[in-house]
Amino acid sequence: MLRFALRRILQIIPTVIVVALLIFVIFSVVPGSFAASLFSDGRTNADPQLIARITAEFGLDKPLHERFFTYIWDLARFDLGTSFRTRLPVIQMINERMWASLELATAAMVFAIVIGVPLGFLAALRPGSILDTVTMIGAVSGLSLPQFWLGLLMMLLFALHLNWLPSFGYGDGSFRNLILPAMALGVTPLALLARTTRAGVLDVMNSDFIRTAHAKGMSETAVVRRHVARNALVLIITTVGLQFGSLIGQAVVIEKLFAWPGIGSLLVDSVAIRDIPVVQGTILVIVLWFLVINTIVDLLYAAIDPRIKQE
Amino acid sequence: MFKTLSLAALLSLGTATLALAADEPRHGGTFNFTAPYGSAFSTLDTHSSPNIQEQFLTFAIHRSLYSWDSHANKPVLELADSVDVSDDGTTYTYHLKKNAVFHNGKPLTADDIIFTYERLATASNALSGASYLSIIKGIEEFGSGAATEIEGLKKIDDNTLEITLSAAGNPAFNLMEATTAIYPSNVPLEQQAINPVGLGAFVFKEHIPGSQIVVERFEDYYEEGRPYLDRVNIIVMAEGSARDVAFRNKEIDVSILGPVQYSAYQADPELKDNLLEVAETFTRNIGFSQTQVEAFKDKRVRQAINYAINSDLIIERLVKGKAVRATSWLPLGSPAFDSEAKPYPYDPEKAKELLKEAGYEDGFEFEVTATPNESWGVPIVEAILPMLAEVGVTVRPRPIESAALGSTIQSGNFQAYIWSNLTGPDPLTVMRCFWSQTPQSACNYTAYSNPEYDKIYEAARAERDPDKQLELLKEANNFIQEDAPIWFFNYNKAVMAHQPWVHGLVPNATELALQPYDDIWIDDTAPENRK
Repeated sequence: MLRFALRRILQIIPTVIVVALLIFVIFSVVPGSFAASLFSDGRTNADPQLIARITAEFGLDKPLHERFFTYIWDLARFDLGTSFRTRLPVIQMINERMWASLELATAAMVFAIVIGVPLGFLAALRPGSILDTVTMIGAVSGLSLPQFWLGLLMMLLFALHLNWLPSFGYGDGSFRNLILPAMALGVTPLALLARTTRAGVLDVMNSDFIRTAHAKGMSETAVVRRHVARNALVLIITTVGLQFGSLIGQAVVIEKLFAWPGIGSLLVDSVAIRDIPVVQGTILVIVLWFLVINTIVDLLYAAIDPRIKQE
Repeated sequence: MFKTLSLAALLSLGTATLALAADEPRHGGTFNFTAPYGSAFSTLDTHSSPNIQEQFLTFAIHRSLYSWDSHANKPVLELADSVDVSDDGTTYTYHLKKNAVFHNGKPLTADDIIFTYERLATASNALSGASYLSIIKGIEEFGSGAATEIEGLKKIDDNTLEITLSAAGNPAFNLMEATTAIYPSNVPLEQQAINPVGLGAFVFKEHIPGSQIVVERFEDYYEEGRPYLDRVNIIVMAEGSARDVAFRNKEIDVSILGPVQYSAYQADPELKDNLLEVAETFTRNIGFSQTQVEAFKDKRVRQAINYAINSDLIIERLVKGKAVRATSWLPLGSPAFDSEAKPYPYDPEKAKELLKEAGYEDGFEFEVTATPNESWGVPIVEAILPMLAEVGVTVRPRPIESAALGSTIQSGNFQAYIWSNLTGPDPLTVMRCFWSQTPQSACNYTAYSNPEYDKIYEAARAERDPDKQLELLKEANNFIQEDAPIWFFNYNKAVMAHQPWVHGLVPNATELALQPYDDIWIDDTAPENRK
């Protein structure tokens, strides 16, 4: 188990290096620069001297290869650089925003699991029933509705018409502020979880060993608890892992809509003004988050199903 | 004349909602203000950012030597009670307010202003406020390290500061900028990015990155009886539709409106009476590159384009009336704006005639670099396509991301661009952008060069009499309108919706979203949690 875990963890390193390289190359060739972006809104006249000073201050006048080696060297020392905009360490800026993102992603995932998995399970146990039909219609709708639009609808309903919840913001960090953005973000994974749980459970229910269990006279409850649930768990955990891993990246839109102070909105703002160190750092953290979650999922597989470890 | 024009401009747009209340201002309460220009505040050190988003904080916490008076539509002394100007117009002696103190209790002295300006002028700091100080004698030498002091700054005593300019002029427009706000000399500069200390009406309390900044009433503020509010929450809300819901839900007290929301609010009986409108000092335009497109060298071609486009139709249909037709480069609120000036009428036949005279009877092609902006971007270019096609000119939009627009235009890599440019409040600075000595990378983006114009502008620059200077600037503005180096589209009409309990908002033509928090008060009809 230890070797398996080590191997999976070591696999993260080359992935991170490739991603870092890609991010560097992409943001080196896209048009626009931080210094020029200060004047892009037309609210201030461009100041060529200031642009030259800023460009020199951040080493943007140096050759590409030199900047790349500096970037990689800094990265190797876990130094994500300094923000052009705030002149603060990128790691500090990410730290200030990361926890709000994690809070949002975790709440959204809990919402999705608590509702999606039981719904999918119940739908699979009664295929063709009204519950199954309603669940699947809901799941398809949840997958097809744009989160942005859904978020707005939730704001209108829960904040404006019912006046139950605040429509935006982090407030003082209270749970009430978290509910709407978490629900809006959680709808897609909820729908996906309901569908995959249903599919996974149905697949297991049709297996030979379930028929054998029934033939042995086991009760329906015992079959579901002892055999169906455990075997369907691998698929559910895979979906949870993939969704949880990508949720921070997906949260960009919801964070913007609900004025939620996470790293998604930090990323969007930084791209808009070409604050490259923050963009690189934020994307790396999002990628790293995805990889770590997936590694944990792989380790969980091995714990649930020893065959995976042996493979 | 200046006052008459300014008042006319304001009366035409802002008076409907300016009579906010005749009641006595009420002290106390919390004001939920929205910062709509981004998802965060990039810095708390206001010198480091030229962006409006950070100026919301500056207006609460800091003060500059001058400030903008939105009612008089001109800069006024802020941190000095009076100023003496030398006969040659180069030396200004400021008698600083004796009751102005910083939030840490330190009284304002001349040393603080020198300390601040030295920080801004130091080249290695790369701060945008430095360009505003370039009018002060010895700034360049200090910035480059050739001098250890700024020659043009002299402390007479703690409360008296002498500023010598490198040439006669009015420093008010430059020294009112938020990026020149005065910092206390006894607070380490690094602290300003964490816990800013200033002279403003409110004290910094809390910053939740990406969410909000909280400021609270400063008891020792130098304006007696101000501020009225106990607390201001400056809430980050970049998304217009979310702001709309929050405003209707009465969670926020003000909201800047876009064209679509403007139409909806005007049609809503509950909201239409609480709209504050003003024509801001921004001119939307299409700049014609005279180095990239041969046809644009001919004045008749440039004029033809102005005649060929039905600007009023675009403003009505696409911009939903949230703009004022531009009659010149300088906007309505500018002291050098000519109220007699008429916009180019929509006249395709005249356009065809001019193109024929210029030898372009069969038309020509050009592309317009444009961002996705709904009011001055690709949608507007798409609207002018058929209008110009009617006179034989083919236009292609060249979409570009907003962040790349500035560098593209500065590098001259365009045939034409559509943009919204700051055209105020100082007409001398604004008209400099068409002076041939101004580099394309500064603000002469179309590489405009006309000796006749240069002559007028240089005369205005040299003129010491303010009235005569204004007349010359008006002449320069009219010259540009006639010579048409750009398509004159519109002046942005900024609209702010406010809750009925909010009073003291002003029609700030330089940027409506920037409001004097110390003048704002809320009456007792406000929700309980904000009273």
